[in-house]
Amino acid sequence: MVAQDTFIGPSVDWFALSPHLVLVGGALFLMVVGALTPVWPRNLMSLTTVGFTVAAAVLSVFIWNDIGSEGPSAIVGGVLAVDRLSLFLTFAVLAATALVALMSDAELRGTDNDGPEIYSLLLVAATGALVMVGANELIVMFLGLETLSLALYVLAASDRRRSASQESGMKYFILGGLASAFFLYGIALLYGGTRTTSLADMVTRLQSQVNIGGNDTLVLAGLALMLIGFAFKVSAVPFHVWSPDVYQGAPSNITAFMASVGKVAAFGAMLRVLTSALPFYRDDWRPIIWVLAVLSLIVGSLLAVVQTDVKRMLAFSSVSHAGFILVGLEAAGLSAGENAMFSSVQSVAVYLGLYSVLVVGSFAVISVASRGGDTTLDGFNGLSSRRPTLALALTVFLLAQAGVPFTSGFVAKWGVIQSAVDAGSYWLAVIAMLAAVIAAFLYLRIMVSMWLRPADDNTEAVNVPGLSGIAIAGAAGFTLAIGIYPQWVLSVAEGILSFA
Amino acid sequence: MVAATSTEVTFPLLSMMIVVPVVGALLIAVLSNRRPEYSKLVALLASVGTGALSVWTFANFDSHSSGFQFTSQHPWIESWGISWHLGVDGISLFLVLLTGVLFPLAIAGIDPHNDDPRRDKPYFAWLLLLEAGVMGSFLSLDLFLFFVFFEIVLVPMYFLIGGWGYEGREYAATKFFLYTMAGSAFMLVSILATVFIARDNGVGKITFDLIELAEGANFAASTGRWLFFGFAIAFAVKVPIFPLHTWLPDAHTQAPTAGSVVLAGVMLKLGTYGLLRFGLYLFPEASYWSRSLWLTLAVIGIIYGAIAATMQKDLKRLVAYSSVAHLGFIVLGTFAFTSQAVTGSVMQMVNHGVSTGALFLMVGMIYERRHTRQISELKGLQHVAPIFAAAFTVVMLSSIGVPGLNGFVGEYLILIGAFLTARWWVVVAATGVILAALYLLWAYQRVFHGEPDEENSTFAELRVKEALVILPFIAVIFFTGVYPKPMLERIEPAVNALIGHVEERTDFVEPQPAAPVVDDEVHSHGEED
Repeated sequence: MVAQDTFIGPSVDWFALSPHLVLVGGALFLMVVGALTPVWPRNLMSLTTVGFTVAAAVLSVFIWNDIGSEGPSAIVGGVLAVDRLSLFLTFAVLAATALVALMSDAELRGTDNDGPEIYSLLLVAATGALVMVGANELIVMFLGLETLSLALYVLAASDRRRSASQESGMKYFILGGLASAFFLYGIALLYGGTRTTSLADMVTRLQSQVNIGGNDTLVLAGLALMLIGFAFKVSAVPFHVWSPDVYQGAPSNITAFMASVGKVAAFGAMLRVLTSALPFYRDDWRPIIWVLAVLSLIVGSLLAVVQTDVKRMLAFSSVSHAGFILVGLEAAGLSAGENAMFSSVQSVAVYLGLYSVLVVGSFAVISVASRGGDTTLDGFNGLSSRRPTLALALTVFLLAQAGVPFTSGFVAKWGVIQSAVDAGSYWLAVIAMLAAVIAAFLYLRIMVSMWLRPADDNTEAVNVPGLSGIAIAGAAGFTLAIGIYPQWVLSVAEGILSFA
Repeated sequence: MVAATSTEVTFPLLSMMIVVPVVGALLIAVLSNRRPEYSKLVALLASVGTGALSVWTFANFDSHSSGFQFTSQHPWIESWGISWHLGVDGISLFLVLLTGVLFPLAIAGIDPHNDDPRRDKPYFAWLLLLEAGVMGSFLSLDLFLFFVFFEIVLVPMYFLIGGWGYEGREYAATKFFLYTMAGSAFMLVSILATVFIARDNGVGKITFDLIELAEGANFAASTGRWLFFGFAIAFAVKVPIFPLHTWLPDAHTQAPTAGSVVLAGVMLKLGTYGLLRFGLYLFPEASYWSRSLWLTLAVIGIIYGAIAATMQKDLKRLVAYSSVAHLGFIVLGTFAFTSQAVTGSVMQMVNHGVSTGALFLMVGMIYERRHTRQISELKGLQHVAPIFAAAFTVVMLSSIGVPGLNGFVGEYLILIGAFLTARWWVVVAATGVILAALYLLWAYQRVFHGEPDEENSTFAELRVKEALVILPFIAVIFFTGVYPKPMLERIEPAVNALIGHVEERTDFVEPQPAAPVVDDEVHSHGEED
């Protein structure tokens, strides 16, 4: 290739990029200003972070409305999709980030870690997540993935007082690096098979290749390797082994962030690659998703039940939730590439959005209730007598995770099961529901210890710090409100009708 | 069946029956902890209000119409074709009435055995939520709505058993929750499959509306059977039908008295009601095709429940097993497909609620006095508490099904109605009546007869407050036993319409009885539609 004298960059639609820019700006602002000023007053840093996420969310609303009039577009030379799916997941990421920022204040205050770094890293990680859910090009997707992951490695290890946290960060780093390697190799093979890394180009080239009956070994191998990378990131069985240790060791607010934002980003990217770039291979990847879903549902639920640490329980339960989301993805596989698939895509998006609020709420309660760092199940004994409202909030979250009616969890589950049944995957739907019953036992175990077991004598009453209280109340209110009147979130999700 | 209402009311009567208890529960939740006595008052007011509404519904119910009355329909989740659709017909009317009446009695008559009066608050709040859930299940005419209510009742019941139950409550509550939820898992998939398959087979759009689906859908036989079994598993667990009954003795025994009363009185009926409403009505072909299976399981349940009850050492467990037997009769009647048998089933649902509810109530009173439920530790109570014993006798005889009391009417109708279509099953089931006499009378003999020993000699007589709670039960027992017509004439049109619906869609033809069994006037408008 001849070097060119002048580089002509792609035109950039700065407004469509503004949520990303606000988050990056926020991260820089916190780093710089935080470093130059004396200790900030209580709660301020947390609230500043929330402010940036809210600003990004408001801008996203404008972009959402623009899509209504102008249709979806791919910006910056077609590498970043601005469509309803990416924006819907952007809302989920921003909501989860804001909630995590709210609960972080109590987690950090008075420790060595109190400072702008954690908040700044949260915003950077959220930016990575936004890039992932919007990436329309594999290299950009990888950049998003690494931005998110690198920030998460640091965050997981951020509690310097506890070796468990460092162990968590190290494990996540090594295994995450391995998964990234698989992912990258997958990209390389896909590029070899299609001579492009752009999802939009890929689908047109594959169309012609499939039509002429070309050799698709490279594409299939690339698909397999990328699926390994994705399965690792969403912690689907059998690529889940890292998650219990990492979830348990990381500080609770970071675990909440991983379980919400991490999942949303990875599933968003996975959904887009599979349904928008590789719909012609749906008969190849759909059975793989089926197997991953069944394994995640069953193994996640069963192993969750036998744990004695609440954070480990929720780690396995998040594996089981990943299985549920895969059920929706499997359903989308039936008609991938056609318009009919979007009802399944909507159900997956709704599940991700509702679950991320739920799971942050759950971890927020755990973070407050286990201030001494004791997250064993026995530590929750008698929480209802020590702090009834807190116990009630956790009960709401747990019932929602179990999929009990009048909670958002029910709406989420109903949506993906509906997609699965519509796609004819009856057995998968039945397996998913039975796995939900097994998982319900786990949530009941936590409720039993909160409500029915007496507290140990030496446990003191729990104080709920203000911002954590707001986060918990907000998440619980959202969970119930969506459960009672789900129409509005469904109406929003119904806007997801096409890819950029 | 016609969806048209004969009584047009602007007042959302049925919705109020769900909303009032919920509002009561919310009120209790925000009440101050320092005045726990108010929570009982609020609970009582809310449940009496709901009860009054159900009585009003009963009084204004048009007994000549077979369709749903007092219907109200509002879109709820439009994206999924789900609406808030409520209605009541002859089949659900008495279950609604039973629910409306039973809850105030359970709330007024039974105090939770608490050490800490502050724990009254959640107790009453859960009871009210339970009432709302049960009411909602009986009133829903939308599959989604029904499922939501059917599922939600688990939560208050779980907390009631777990929080205020007896020694094995944790185990019992968890088992109850998981068993029922596992059944519902199949139903959820079935509901969705029904809706999507119906869309392509006659209905033409996505709707969860029961009437539209039942009237419009035209399933292939094999498809309908699969779908039906998804529903049936959930209901079979709830009823419970042998061999899915093992949660019931535990839940009944460990639940607090009010919990047992409600569980036996109305919650088990969710299963039998579901079989009628969502089994026979929605899948007539599949229900008719699989009737032998259900009849066999019902008869096994009758005999097995009776034998197991005979062997129990714990009085409450005995009553629990007797429920398995009684519910077997209801299932037998349901799958006999004759209008007499099905009418008998509906009656028996109510009768069982009354008599078993009262039995649990009185066993609860015995426990309060003696702190034991072991039959072997009770003796000679008749001597020290004759009025108590008399009341117990009436309730017990009603449960056995002695003529002149309510239990007889239902069981008799079931047996005679089923004799035409399921002769040999009835022959076996009839022995269950004898066994019922055996285990109840034997238990009565051991508990009430003989000379009281030292501990039992101080057994207190029925108190006025307790008598006031028991009295309505006994009144209903006698009234229905002597004069069942007001019930029959309201149930029959809906049942006949249901049987007609089955006949239309299968090759089943209802055999006519050789001689009239109930008075002619009731039968004269049997076939109108």
